[in-house]
This record gives sequence, structure tokens and C-alpha cells, in this order.
Amino acid sequence: MNLALAKTETGRALSDAFALARDRLPGAGSVADARQQAFEAYEGAGLPHRRIEDWKYTDLRVLMREVLPLAAAPDAAALTRAGAALKLHAIEGVRRLVLVDGVFAPKLSETANLEKGLGIRTLREVLQAGDAALQAQLFAPDSSNPLVALNSAMMTDGIVIDVADGAVLTQPLHIVHIASGAQSAAMFTRSLLNLGRAASATLVESYIAADGAKAYQAHDSLILSIGDNARLDQVRLIEDGREAFNISSSVVTLGAAAYLNTFAITSGSYVSRYQAVIAFAGEGSRVETNGVNLLNGRQHADSTLVLDHAVPNCTSREIFRSVVDDRGHSVFQGRIIVRPDAQKTDAKMMTRALLLSDEAEADNKPELEIFADDVTCGHGATTGALDESLLFYLRARGLSEKEAQALLIQAFVGEAIESIANDALREIVISAAERWLEARG
Amino acid sequence: MAAVQETVDRVRRIDVDQYRYGFETVIESDKAPKGLSEDTVRFISAKKNEPAWMLEWRLEAYRRWLTMAEPKWARVNYPKIDYQDLYYYSAPKRKELASLDEVDPEILKTYEKLGIPLREVEILEGVVRKDGEGAPERRIAVDAVFDSVSVATTFQKELKQAGVIFMPISEAIREHPDLVKKYLGTVVPTSDNFFATLNSAVFSDGSFVYVPPGVRCPMELSTYFRINERNTGQFERTLIIADKGAYVSYLEGCTAPQRDENQLHAAVVELVTLDDAEIKYSTVQNWYPGNSEGKGGIYNFVTKRGDCRGNNSKISWTQVETGSAITWKYPSCILRGDNSRGEFYSIAISNGHQQVDSGTKMIHLGKNTTSRIISKGIAAGVSQNTYRGLVTAHRKATGARNFTACDSLLIGDKCGAHTVPYIEAKNSSALFEHEATTSKISEDVLFYCVQRGLSQEEAVGLVVNGFVKDVLQQLPMEFAVEAQKLISISLEGSVG
Repeated sequence: MNLALAKTETGRALSDAFALARDRLPGAGSVADARQQAFEAYEGAGLPHRRIEDWKYTDLRVLMREVLPLAAAPDAAALTRAGAALKLHAIEGVRRLVLVDGVFAPKLSETANLEKGLGIRTLREVLQAGDAALQAQLFAPDSSNPLVALNSAMMTDGIVIDVADGAVLTQPLHIVHIASGAQSAAMFTRSLLNLGRAASATLVESYIAADGAKAYQAHDSLILSIGDNARLDQVRLIEDGREAFNISSSVVTLGAAAYLNTFAITSGSYVSRYQAVIAFAGEGSRVETNGVNLLNGRQHADSTLVLDHAVPNCTSREIFRSVVDDRGHSVFQGRIIVRPDAQKTDAKMMTRALLLSDEAEADNKPELEIFADDVTCGHGATTGALDESLLFYLRARGLSEKEAQALLIQAFVGEAIESIANDALREIVISAAERWLEARG
Repeated sequence: MAAVQETVDRVRRIDVDQYRYGFETVIESDKAPKGLSEDTVRFISAKKNEPAWMLEWRLEAYRRWLTMAEPKWARVNYPKIDYQDLYYYSAPKRKELASLDEVDPEILKTYEKLGIPLREVEILEGVVRKDGEGAPERRIAVDAVFDSVSVATTFQKELKQAGVIFMPISEAIREHPDLVKKYLGTVVPTSDNFFATLNSAVFSDGSFVYVPPGVRCPMELSTYFRINERNTGQFERTLIIADKGAYVSYLEGCTAPQRDENQLHAAVVELVTLDDAEIKYSTVQNWYPGNSEGKGGIYNFVTKRGDCRGNNSKISWTQVETGSAITWKYPSCILRGDNSRGEFYSIAISNGHQQVDSGTKMIHLGKNTTSRIISKGIAAGVSQNTYRGLVTAHRKATGARNFTACDSLLIGDKCGAHTVPYIEAKNSSALFEHEATTSKISEDVLFYCVQRGLSQEEAVGLVVNGFVKDVLQQLPMEFAVEAQKLISISLEGSVG
């Protein structure tokens, strides 16, 4: 039934786009073959729509309608605009790695004086001349998700990071995606971080737009491989332009006794979808994956997280908050899978939505899929408005309506933000949340 | 404690893998030719002496069904059903009956064996009443549906006095066409889903209840469904209307013989409450679940929906699901009237190779509507037990409230328990709360019980009964006793 639908105009337009772009995409031989396979997987499904269970609340056929043509490499003017945008979103003390319109920008990035054990290459290099194992890893993400498949087919550039066993990086890595605004186009990026045994790193990803950037599409994906006893602290800041689309996927695997603390805040873009699959491959690991959506206007943000407990004795915690104003639409889909042998799993998920307007919408789908008996799993979900009595209390003490709301919203999202273990990262997120509240007036 | 002991004793007498109601009644029956076509639909309609409008309604549903595909989204697996390899109508051969005495004694015996009294002097088994306790006798009117037809309806006279209409739907179509026309298919439209559409085309019998304005139905109404014939599908249709200010409590029970092949049961239940009315609908579902290898059993694909059409009305679903090889059912409430209330209390137990995908939908449309969902899932053996529920508040549903708690208990490490809630708020004044937990029975608790002299099985029984207590309390008393026994029997063989 859905097959007939899949062959819409959108699907065909994209086939043409792929044919046109193919010569510009890095990598030949097996890379080109892998691209072709991924593209066929995408073409078979087409843009996901609401009749596909995982996309029930984010119908890209309606919201996005089409995939834009591949962005051209940035020219000098584009790089200048990107540089200006970068200044506004600069974070102190980080190692900056910048992608402008989906292409690595060496002049805006810092690749010199690498810490011991840190290796950085571009995706383009690796696809053109990398070793086969690394290329295979880059094509590993599951093509059954149409937009992951599309990203595999079209990826043009990205950052490939290697952290050696035992290396403890002190300086956070900051991958910045900038849309220069030169054209209404789509960029396809993919980054990879291999974190060695007992290594430790901090990763920040930002999505921003230069002044005047229009309806562009950012298609990104990230592969994280976290070794035994390693630790990764990660923050994602989605501050794209208000007409932009951001479709990001993460594929994470953790070894034994590893630790991941990851947080995503979405305040930008018109439509965003963040889909993450976090899989435990070794025992005794812990994941904290949290996030905040701050939406207004007609923004639509979808966070779809899958935690795959495939081995015993792992712990996961999810805390998600969404604040939705105007005609915003927030979607949270969380799935905890406990596989048959994953005994002693401890998994908890809590999602809460705050609706600030009568036209706002919040949809929550927290799922448990459990095949082992000796586990403690739970989830909770709430939806509601700001508590009238709390507002009254604050108003009675002389705060304006907006100030009182802002204070309560801060407290509401604060519960999730507090879970960020790294102090510097927490500050970054707090200031992003404050920016949103200030813009609200 | 005494109750638990009794339950356990009862379980003892039953061997593992033995379904109490698995016997077959040998009677002559009248069947439609095998397979499904327009002729089958016409055959059923003619058998029921239906008016032309009803036949048209069925045919329209049948034609639509031909264009539909079987739903695939539920977490259940079963081989493809050959819809042409089924009998769509089967009725015990009979003459026009003047009284219950003329009912085939074999059928009466069947219901006796099932513990369902068709003679009005009897009451449901299991009610414990001590001597000297002057509790008023509880009476229940029963409509017994045997394969495709209703064989007896008790307490007709008394109900008539109260103005309550309680009769097989086939009779209601002839005798109260206006009421049926007005409400049939308005809650579950013929185009609703694959199985509901199939039911609309071929439904053969079921119960019809109409409670007039201001009437509190003087007794509980009950329908007992029995599938007896081989290779038949059972497609019953129930329609209950509580007019303004009316109240009715309705109970439903079901069993089937043990057979190696799977049998299809695709029912539709529609409830309508007008202003200030209330319907309480309780189900103890105990269709044959298949044997320990997962062979046989009923496919229970049911559409149940209630429409709180009037203001201040209430619909409450309570279900104890222990039977069926596959259960696919989501008793729902459309909260259309202002201040209306929907409730869903469920115990779903799966053992052996059973697959359950069940839950509810609470659709808040009116102002200040409230709903409550309490779901307890217990998975044992190699079964899969899924709760799937939707809570949604429409833009205009200001002040909507929902509370949901779904807990799952896993017994053994080969089974699965899943929770798939959909929570959709399109209104800022909607307040939704949802919580779910999954765990196994704590070793400490079991150890504590065993140390005090309980066997492992008694201990599990005790814990399970505690786990489901919230829901059992919602059942009418006779059912609660029966359900408690059923729960113990269903879990038989799952420990140790």
C-alpha cells in the first residue's frame, strides 16, 4: 500500500539529483558501490511519512516535501559570512572544526598542535584514500532508516576523529556546521569519533546559520564508537536558521565499563529530527542521554532515541523536557530495548512537556520493549501547562508575567540540564537556554 | 489467605496444559457454505430475516473490506489467515423455541459445565455467601451466544418491566429497527478497520441493550460467547445504548473447545452513553489459548469502542484477558461530551506461546473530560505481552485530564513485556500523567513467603494477586472471584 505512495514526485526529483551529484561525491570503487546501495535503499522507501510508525509525528512528505539539490562548495564570500556567524557562536577554549555548507573549512578550523593521541582527518580524505576498515565503518549505519541511507549515499564531508587508547583530551572538540546562506541547498555531512580504550574526550556539535540564510537542509550523521573504560561527554546545540531543516542521526556503540553523557538542545530550525541509536556492546556501561526542546512560532522538533541494551548489567537514564509556545510541535519518541540476555539492566526514561500556548502540541511516545526478566525498567511522561498557583506566587512577589514564566521555564528545563556532568558543557547549554528565553521577551 | 489456598488447591487438580473449557459439544449444526462472498453475506442476512437496509449495509461493508489490507502494525505474528477457508455462519439446528426447556439439552449441559446458568433460579458459581448473611441475592440476566446465534436470553420479563431492551441483535434489527439504525456503526463505522469491516459484513449475532432515560438497569446483563463448531469464525456484534441518565453494567465471558487449528474471532462492540448516563463493561476473556507448543487457539481480533456522546457521561472498561492465542484489542473511549469520563482497567496475562497486543485509546474531545488507565500485564512462558495505548487531547478539549499507570511483571526469562504509549497533547490546559514499570517478582518477596511455609507456586499466586488487585476490585463480585481463579490457572506451570 505504501509502495505506491513512495513513488512521489519527491522521490523522482531526488533520483535525478543523485545522478547529477554523483561525480562530485568523494570516493570511488567500493565507496561508490556502497553509495549506490544506500541510495537504492532510500529510493525504495522514499521520504518517510506518517504511515511509517517511526515517523508518525514527523511527516516529511508534508513538512519537507523535497530534498534540495546538493550545496556547492563555499566560495570566499560564503566563508566570510560563515566566519562572521562563527564569531557570534564562539565557545572559549575549544578546538574548532568547521564545516561550511557541508565542506570542511580549514581556514576557520584549528588542526595544528594536536594533543598526543588525537588524530583528525576529513571525511573526504578518508573516503578518497582511507583504509578499507574505516570506510566500512563509515558505511555501517543501518540503511533501513531512509534518511540514514540518504546520508550514506550523499555524504560529502565531515570530521573523522581518532582518540588513541588511554588518551585523555583536555580540550573539548567543537564541530560547527554553518550554512552560509548562499543558496537554498542541502548539505550532507557525516562525522566519526573512535574513542580508544580508557580514553576520554569532550565533544560539542553546533548547527548555525550565517545572517540571511534561507531554507537550507542540514543532513548530518555521527558515528561514535566508545571503547572499554572510555568516557565521552557530548553536547549538541541546534541553533539553525528559522527556515532550515535539520535531520541528524547518531549511531553509538559502547564497549565495557564505558560512560556516555550526551545532551541535545534544540531551539533553532523550522523542522528538526534527531534520531539516535545507542547500543551497549559491553557489560557495566552507563549512558545518560538527555535533552531539551525550546520551540515557538511554527517550529517542529522531533527527538527519537533508541537505547539498545544488548548485554547484561548496563544502566541508562533519559531525561527529556520540551517547552512549546505558539504553534510549535514537539515530539519525543524514546524506546528502551532490553534483549533476551541483558539481565540486570537498569533503564529509566522520563519525558515532560510544557505547553505555553493553546495551539502548541506535544507528542510523547516512550516505549519499553523488554525480553529479559531480571530488570528494572520504567518510564514516565507528563504534559501540562505552567502551574497557575506557582505563577500567582511569583506575581504576588512583584515579578511580571513574562519574568515569572521565564523563571518557571528555567526551573523546568533545569532538571534536564543539571544532568550534564561536565561543568563547561553545562554552562554552554544554560546560556543557549537563556538566549531562547531572552528572545522570547 | 483462605482464598489463595482455595485457588491453589483448585490449580492442583488441574494438570498443566489443561484448559478447563476445552470440551466439545456434539450437536447438529446449520452452516453457511465455506468461504466468503456476497452470497455468504446474503445467506447470513436471509437466515436472520433481515430487512433490506441491513443487507445493503452489510454488502457495502463487504465491498469495502475487499479493498482493505490486514493491519500489520501490532506486535503479533501469525500465519496468513485464509478467509476463504472459514465458515462464517454456524448455528445449532433448532425449531422455534417456546421456552428454555426446548433448547437442545446438549447446549444446556454445555453452559452448565461452563458454570453459566441459563435457568433463572441459578446464580453464577463462585459467590461465597455465608449462612445467616442477609445479603440481597444478586441476579444476572444472561444472553448465551453459541457459535453464530443466541440460544437463550434470561430474565426477559423483568427487564421488560423496567423498560430495558436486552435481546440478540438479530432480533433487535427486526423489532427495534429505528434504534438499531440510529446507533449501529456510529461508534465503529463500517470502514473503521479490516476486522471491524469484516465483522460488519458477516456478523451473525450478539447482544443489543437499550436502557431508557433515567433507568438504572435492575440487574447486571451478561453475554456468554461460546465457539463450538470447527473451522468457524465467530463474528458477534454488541450494541449498548444508555439513554440520558441511565446506568447499566454488562459482563461478557467467552470460551472455546480445544482444537489444533486456530480459529478467528472478530467482534465489534459499540457503546453509546447520552447525557449523565453510565455504562460499565466487564470482560473475562478465556478463549482457548492453544496448547503448550503453541498449537491451536483463538485469534481474538476485536474492536471495542465507547462513545461518551452526552455531557457528564461515563464509560468504564474492565478486562481480564487470559485466553486466546493472539489478542488484538483496544477498548477505547471517545470523550465527546463535556465533563465525560473514560476508564480502562486491564489485566492481561500471557503464558505459553500466547501473544497479547492490547491497550486502550482515550480520545479527549469535550471540555473537562477525564480518563484513567490502569493496565497490568503479566508475561510468563515464552509469551509476548504488549500494552499499546493512546491518550490524546483535541485542541478544544480544555481541561482534559489523564492518568495512566501500566505495569508489567515478567515471570521467566523467555517472555517479553512491552509498553507502547502514545501521548498527544494539542491543548495547553490538558494535564497528562503516564508511568510504566517493568520488573520481575522480587526474589526477596518470594523467599519471605516460602520461608513462612508457602510453596513457590502459592507465593507467586499471592504476589500476582496483589499486583492485579487494583483492577480486580473494579470487577463485579462474581467475576472477580472467577477472574482470580483464572489468573492462577493461567500462570500454572510458569514457575519452577
